[in-house]
Amino acid sequence: MIPANVPIQRRAGARLLVVDSRGQTRDLLRSNFPTLLHPGDIVVANDAATLPASIFGVHKRSGRSIEVRLAGSESLSPEDVKQFSAVIFGEGNHRTATERRPSPPELRPGDTLELGPLTAIVLQLIGHPRFVMIRFEGPSTRIWEGLARYGRPIQYSHISTPLAIWDTWTPIAGPPVAFEPPSAGFALDWRTLNAIHRIGARFATITHAAGISSTGDDELDARLPFDEPYRIPESTARSIRLARADGGRLIAIGTTVVRALEHAASVHGVVCETMGLAVNKIGPTTELRVVDAILSGTHEPGTSHHKLLSAFLNQHTLAKMDQVLREYSYLTHEFGDSIFVEKSRHRESWMEPSIFGLRNRAPEGGDTSPLSF
Amino acid sequence: MANASVEVIEAQELAAWKGIRAAVTGGTSGLGLALVRILLDHGARVAFVARNRNRVERLMSERSEARGITGDVSQKGDIYSIAIQILGLLGGLDVLINNASSLGPVPLAPLADTNCEDFEVALQTNLLGPFRLTKALLGALAASAREGGHPLVVNISSDAAISAYPNWGAYAASKAALHHLSGIWNAELASQGIQVISWDPGDMDTPLHAIAVPDVDSTALKRPEDAARELILKIEHHLSAVREGGP
Repeated sequence: MIPANVPIQRRAGARLLVVDSRGQTRDLLRSNFPTLLHPGDIVVANDAATLPASIFGVHKRSGRSIEVRLAGSESLSPEDVKQFSAVIFGEGNHRTATERRPSPPELRPGDTLELGPLTAIVLQLIGHPRFVMIRFEGPSTRIWEGLARYGRPIQYSHISTPLAIWDTWTPIAGPPVAFEPPSAGFALDWRTLNAIHRIGARFATITHAAGISSTGDDELDARLPFDEPYRIPESTARSIRLARADGGRLIAIGTTVVRALEHAASVHGVVCETMGLAVNKIGPTTELRVVDAILSGTHEPGTSHHKLLSAFLNQHTLAKMDQVLREYSYLTHEFGDSIFVEKSRHRESWMEPSIFGLRNRAPEGGDTSPLSF
Repeated sequence: MANASVEVIEAQELAAWKGIRAAVTGGTSGLGLALVRILLDHGARVAFVARNRNRVERLMSERSEARGITGDVSQKGDIYSIAIQILGLLGGLDVLINNASSLGPVPLAPLADTNCEDFEVALQTNLLGPFRLTKALLGALAASAREGGHPLVVNISSDAAISAYPNWGAYAASKAALHHLSGIWNAELASQGIQVISWDPGDMDTPLHAIAVPDVDSTALKRPEDAARELILKIEHHLSAVREGGP
């Protein structure tokens, strides 16, 4: 797929490929997302704001330049801003593809990292020479200030211009605990939220510390997603119960919401008010307990986000969806187009190659058009 | 009440503020400083913003429970840095008080003698700054509403926003726009459970007023502590009204 290389959250012509529960597909303008909702449905989004989690500095012992990308935290508490897992890169910046970035100097426990106004200590390596636990020195007010003023959003080589923090915050962003944007939420402007209410659907949020999406290292990428803390407020748990009682569907905005809700349901049996640490990996063998559909970006095969979709679709449908996305030049990555995927009624056995046979994409500016039947 | 203290604050008032997370811009002088102190006295969790680092640190040493943020709301590039710190330090937000203000030209001047650049500073500080900061914090305020809170944005206004006083053109026009902006925000955000008000504290004995009207008899002016107390009561009434299902 073609990377979206301009940081515009809601392009006027952004597309939405719908794959319904029977595997049928439609091509919509993403702005028409609310038309997919029914009265009684509940839309759940991740309200995490994105930290400027890329911090440039020097590895003091070697004197070499490094980039620290904060990758995870064990807690969402504002007081726990000292300790993070982090992926360390050598010289250079985001304009070099992540997998081509030079390695950092050898990292050892006790090493000091001088990061602008911040100082961090390497506490330990986490099973990989570039993946470490670090602790920032100083009071939490100083650490928040250092991150806010000196950190930059993590970004990748498909976007050349430096991202501003506002590029990475969804309209509903609240607690600054994500390391990369929960970018499915870029689609949610306030007009859309009002439309959701007018339809008679509910809207609720969780907070999930979306982690780093690429490390540039195959071994580390295979460990993605890292463990991510989340919080489900009581009001959200209650809204989900009410939607269920109304026979409504649960629509997750993004992979992080799926991961958090399914983790909570697997631990507690139902989605309840909780603070948890999502350690689950969702894939083809996952039986979804609570989520009925997902609005998400268009993910490349091989990524953990793409693998998550195989909990909704069988492999054949997923492959065909990828084919349609490619053939119709959907844009990928965080500022790209979107998909809306309903959980298949017959995920493992369903197969119908012909349904992707037609190629009647909606005309530009068009509303809806079945791609197949 | 000149100097609010925990001893003289009614238990009912304290209960109203328990767990409330509040942010005040322009928090190191005049009304903003008085608001920070009285909010802390009432038990709110408070972050304050001001441009001068020394003043921020001085207030933090006076009130260690206050979270001080050095930043300039008139600068677009500072807004998200400020928002991250407010939300990071408080974990969310229930009350935002956009108090930081600029007079524009100093000394005050007729519009015909007002430099465009001075007018722009007034607009950036008094209008665009509050707009940008409110927008950046809207997600947190809406989350407060969804979780049963009663989020409120207070934009500090002036009678100059309503009445046409000669020589106050840049300040007055920016405050008039802020007043109208507040009304529109309020109408648009009602569906999200967020209330936005514009509030005129009256003529106060503040450094800003002294710069604007150097020869005034300051004893005839309202003390900022009294104005802060009035606003606190107004917010308490808001909290009570919405809790009881009122407007």
